[in-house]
Amino acid sequence: MEKFVELDRINVVFPTRKGQFHALQDISLSVAQGEFVTLIGHSGCGKSTLLNVVAGLNLPSSGAALCAGREIPGPGPDRGVVFQNHSLLPWLTCFENVHLAVETVFGRKEGKAKLKARAEDALKLVNLGQAMHKRPQEISGGMKQRVGIARALAMSPKVLLLDEPFGALDALTRAHLQDELMRIVAETNGTVIMVTHDVDEAVLLSDRIVMMTNGPAARIGQILSIDLPRPRDRLKLAENHHYNHLRGQVLAFLYQRQMRRQEAA
Amino acid sequence: MSATVTSLRLEGMHEPEPAAPIVAAMESVAPSVRPAPEAAGPDRMKEWARVAVGAMIPPALGLLLFIGLWALIAHDGRIPGPSATWHSAVKLFADPFYDKGPNDQGIGWNILHSLQRVGIGFGMAALVGIPLGFIIGRFKFFAAMTAPIISLLRPVSPLAWLPIGLLVFKAASPASIWVIFISSIWPMILNTAAGVRQVPQDYLNVGRVLALPEIKVATKILFPAVLPHILTGVRLSIGVAWLVIVAAEMLTGGVGIGFWVWDEWNNLNVEHIIIAIFVVGIVGLMLEQALVFLARRFSYAE
Repeated sequence: MEKFVELDRINVVFPTRKGQFHALQDISLSVAQGEFVTLIGHSGCGKSTLLNVVAGLNLPSSGAALCAGREIPGPGPDRGVVFQNHSLLPWLTCFENVHLAVETVFGRKEGKAKLKARAEDALKLVNLGQAMHKRPQEISGGMKQRVGIARALAMSPKVLLLDEPFGALDALTRAHLQDELMRIVAETNGTVIMVTHDVDEAVLLSDRIVMMTNGPAARIGQILSIDLPRPRDRLKLAENHHYNHLRGQVLAFLYQRQMRRQEAA
Repeated sequence: MSATVTSLRLEGMHEPEPAAPIVAAMESVAPSVRPAPEAAGPDRMKEWARVAVGAMIPPALGLLLFIGLWALIAHDGRIPGPSATWHSAVKLFADPFYDKGPNDQGIGWNILHSLQRVGIGFGMAALVGIPLGFIIGRFKFFAAMTAPIISLLRPVSPLAWLPIGLLVFKAASPASIWVIFISSIWPMILNTAAGVRQVPQDYLNVGRVLALPEIKVATKILFPAVLPHILTGVRLSIGVAWLVIVAAEMLTGGVGIGFWVWDEWNNLNVEHIIIAIFVVGIVGLMLEQALVFLARRFSYAE
């Protein structure tokens, strides 16, 4: 397996008013091309911080973060980020939001028609062809998150980074978008790193689940390979013993090993 | 293996379009639903009229009370009452644009001259103040550098700047424009800077992740996000500018509503002074409302 994203003994320390806050400690992780990896852990364990290190929004205090063999110098369009709160610009339509990304990445090389087609294709890929000329405040939360995904995909990133993308959605919308994400990732053979706190979501979507210990100084507690065959069907998996066994392992990590530490603290 | 894997290929893919059947379904249901609101039409009109009248009663009462009090105070004849002022106003506005030399022009000319001065001074303040506000909001160093100067100069009464203007420009009109400029620049600088500081970090992160060039960050993210704040600054500024012009023109003379008030005082034409007070109030209100309207157009919902 080719190491595509590689994190080597990453430490992240934030300066705060009360002194230094050690968010992440000695995180080493490699993600292969085409792999779907989720980061799971309790709130405040630094999983978003870790994702932001890959995104380039946070720089590690020590250690090396590499993407496609190169050190990550800062944010860039080769790593498409889908933010937790969608972060669409409210003064632009959905199409314009996506087009802005397309224009920045491909504007120099491609003509106007090609750019427009790219933005439209991305919106169609997330099933938003109909609503593309609406503004974000005119569409539902699920649709906003689709636009966020379309914006990230439209840049043809090497890695897709998702920061609790479905956390704010209701259960039905979330299930629907999870299925769509699985379809898109299968179609594009994309490499994905996703932060979540939803155990079912992690097991359903991932090839590997990275379970993180509670912060401060969070580490990788355990890595679980999810060897369920794809395509995966949530209804069939519900009765699958192996699925339930894997799910149980994640739950055990989160609610036995990590809870106890939290209560003791 | 190619590095870029998430390209968007759609060949041979047939997208399900879930919205289409829903729209069709709604259309088939619509005819049976539609008659209801139409039947409610006249009722709704009545309801609307009732609300509108209800909303107008308190302000109308307030105005009536005000005019009554005015008439009562004016009863002993020291100041003109509402009816005398009204008759005078009708005469005055019958010919607002006469011109009998520099010291005797119609009220229309006076208002337009004042508006022109406000427009020029205020426009220049916007040209300087808004970019300055952007720089102060974006760069902490610059904010710290300008903070003492701004906090020192901002509380100074605008008219204190008038002698400097007269000295430098050696003419009345540019001096009053200068006073407008210096008094209306502060709200624009401060509100723009505050707006830039309040741009949500999420939007700036979007700019970073998309690797937008600085110029695109300014036009696509900063400017639209800050625009409502800028318009607040502009609204406050125009209020200040219109307040100040009357006082500045009283001191400098020339054609203008402020000078007109002073001239009518010298003529002891008190009806005209009261009319001028109303005119200044109404023009100020209209400027304010125009900017409120503008602000509403350019504000965005979260």
